[in-house]
Amino acid sequence: MLRYVYASDLGDHPKLARTMFRDRADQFKTRLGWDVHVDKDGYERDEYDDLNPLYVIWEEPDGSHGGSMRFLPTIGRTMVNEHFGDLISGPITSPVIWECTRFCLTRGAGSHVAAALMLGGGEIMQNFGVEHFVGVFDARMVRIYRMIGSSPDVLGSAGEGRDQISVGLWHFDEAAAAAVAERAGVPMERSRQWFDLAFGTTSRRELARTA
Amino acid sequence: MEPILEDLEQAEGLAALQSASEEIRDHYGVDHVVYHWVDSAGDQYGCGTYSDVWRDRYLEQNYLRVDPVILGCFQRFHPVDWKRLDWSSKPARTFQAEAIAHGVGNQGFSVPIRGPNGQFALFTTSHSCDDDVWAAWTDAHRRDLILIAHTFNEKALEFEPDRAPEQSQALSPREVDAMTFLAMGYSRAQVADTLSISEHTLRVYIESARFKLGAMNTTHAVARAMSRGLIVV
Repeated sequence: MLRYVYASDLGDHPKLARTMFRDRADQFKTRLGWDVHVDKDGYERDEYDDLNPLYVIWEEPDGSHGGSMRFLPTIGRTMVNEHFGDLISGPITSPVIWECTRFCLTRGAGSHVAAALMLGGGEIMQNFGVEHFVGVFDARMVRIYRMIGSSPDVLGSAGEGRDQISVGLWHFDEAAAAAVAERAGVPMERSRQWFDLAFGTTSRRELARTA
Repeated sequence: MEPILEDLEQAEGLAALQSASEEIRDHYGVDHVVYHWVDSAGDQYGCGTYSDVWRDRYLEQNYLRVDPVILGCFQRFHPVDWKRLDWSSKPARTFQAEAIAHGVGNQGFSVPIRGPNGQFALFTTSHSCDDDVWAAWTDAHRRDLILIAHTFNEKALEFEPDRAPEQSQALSPREVDAMTFLAMGYSRAQVADTLSISEHTLRVYIESARFKLGAMNTTHAVARAMSRGLIVV
């Protein structure tokens, strides 16, 4: 299932958090060879994990991490603006643009996991008035994004071939969302339930109870 | 909306935020507009249209510690319909009943903002109506409310004691290109084509420029960029 968890609430999901940071180490350090820091616990964490970002995480049935991504508002500090500003001709700052980074899939994750994460991104856009995501991605992700039908517009790139790193832009598209849901094997209704589980429901029944 | 925000930007001090919140309330026809923030030194400020009686009561009872809106928004950054918050505890329910009795309304929508150096703010609209009416209203105005919230916060940040001199509102080269062609009357499709970028990418440059210029929409942003001499047509 999809979980939406602020960093401050990761303590409620210890196994999920532990396996997420380890899977990030495996993906970014071991497999992609990025210059990232892995701590003594084997966690890949950076300064942006300390800014209470919102994570969207695919949780496997055994409670472990299957894939995840990390969101921060661009009116605050972001990796794109602080480390990749030269690729995008100046900072991107707006209340309706969020940064999405550390898109990570556990080793051997099926393509349905990547699609499910994109579905979660769509929920965020629709429910929180976010119009675009801006993010950094590796050349090897291009194929995965294309496969799940969610290719970004590229704002700028550095490097060549496999080592190319790009800043990309995602936007919401209703038709694409339906295709992504299909690929994720998650009915929209279910997706909405997961979202409501994390952020509370607006349903009448709930209100009747609380009013 | 633009004249209201224009006034807000020109005006000085807390009084400007107060009168803007009243004007916004009237413009949208909602019961209340409230903006409050905690600055980087930890001091609290607020303005808005709640009654003095309710404001005093809230402070005296230290409802910050009970209010589900505060608890649900602190350290977060997604906008919240109050219905989604957890009102289930007894203190929360008591608080809610009292808030409604003081005319706050049974509905609310709050936009939390995490500013620099621990600054934190909340921009709220509240109203008395049924769920369907409120859902339709927030759907229609979500974007405006988010933009207004940030305009308020930009103003509030000016009050920060150690505020660095206004960071220049310089536009990036791409933003200047986009604004310039729009000012020349090109359509978005033509601008995108001229710059060899997609229309979605263009939208991001326009949006980013709009925010830097404190404008509510593209037309307003282009006008501001011109009047400030940031673009020359």
